[in-house]
Amino acid sequence: MSTEEEKGVHNRAEEFLQVFKKGAEFTHELMKENERLRFRLLEMEETAHDSSGEKEFGLENKKLLKRIGELEVEKEEILGRIRQIEAENQDFAARYVEIELENNNLANLYIASYQLHSTLDFKEVLQIIIEILINLVGGEEFAIMLLDEKTNQLQAVASEGVAREEVPPVKMGVGIIGQVAKTGENYFVEDVPAYVPDLQNPMVCIPLKIKEHVIGVLVIYKLLIQKTKFAELDYELFTLLAGHAATAVFSSRLYSDSERKLSTIQGFLELLTK
Amino acid sequence: MAEYKVLIVEDSPTMRQLICFALKRLRDIRVIEASDGVDGLKKLASEKFDLIFTDINMPIMDGLKLVSLLRNDANYKETPIVVITTEGAQEDRERALALGANDYITKPIQPNKIMDIARTLLKIV
Repeated sequence: MSTEEEKGVHNRAEEFLQVFKKGAEFTHELMKENERLRFRLLEMEETAHDSSGEKEFGLENKKLLKRIGELEVEKEEILGRIRQIEAENQDFAARYVEIELENNNLANLYIASYQLHSTLDFKEVLQIIIEILINLVGGEEFAIMLLDEKTNQLQAVASEGVAREEVPPVKMGVGIIGQVAKTGENYFVEDVPAYVPDLQNPMVCIPLKIKEHVIGVLVIYKLLIQKTKFAELDYELFTLLAGHAATAVFSSRLYSDSERKLSTIQGFLELLTK
Repeated sequence: MAEYKVLIVEDSPTMRQLICFALKRLRDIRVIEASDGVDGLKKLASEKFDLIFTDINMPIMDGLKLVSLLRNDANYKETPIVVITTEGAQEDRERALALGANDYITKPIQPNKIMDIARTLLKIV
């Protein structure tokens, strides 16, 4: 090989090395760029992924918040209903107590009325009035006074806790008892605990009336220890006694009189027919 | 449902009717009435009672005597007895409780009080 040929080969080798070096550098740059792009791609993928998660989370969050709002409204409605039911319950309980009390009062009034009209025997009627005053009103000392129309005086015909003879007769229109018999109006002392028993000035005086006609009075001087004041029922019982006791007393008296007359007539008839 | 039998020993018809009226408001209760202690004993001998209400002041035989006799009777040793008294008669009430009465009610009585006592002693829910 000549020197020129050798030079040519050497130059080509140099050129080839240069081209190879450039190729290697280019390949290296390409790899770096590739790596950078892959890294970038990963970053973008991550970013893209994160943003879709946030969106999903946001939507879910909104749904949950909406549901919480709905549940809050529902809860308020339920609480409102519970409060309403509780108020209704309290109202029912109060009404139940009222009705129970009314029931008790009606039972007492019914029994008093039933007993008063259960007999035509004058003494039994008086005994029933006494029982009512003891057991239903709580009277300890009291008297039943009837009007004697001949003398125009009120006389005790029965009593409890005080001897009948001790109860003074009262003229119509005289004193509290006489005034009650005259006017037909009930009388009650205002301060029951402060009342001092006095046969002329009773604690309570109730006229026994048939319509407007007074046939007698009930006078109470003392109540049982536990009875410190009159209850609503007592006034109802007094009203009932004013009317029903009066008719019971009146009719039993009439019956007793007619029975007595009947036996007298029968006696005469027997004498005549003998 | 079992039927409870209650005896009321009381000389006052008004009181008997009032107690009877209250007790009949409770379910499954049959009420028998007696007008004094002797009448009460006759009725107690003829059938078994679950609860007895007795007044203290009665003719022929009073309530204290009745309580005493019943607590010495094997059939009525454990039967609840309620005595009816007036507030002033504290000694009678204490004697009745000492003799074995289970409870007492004072006059004037209220039907709901009778019902409460009957429910408690008969263990009615």
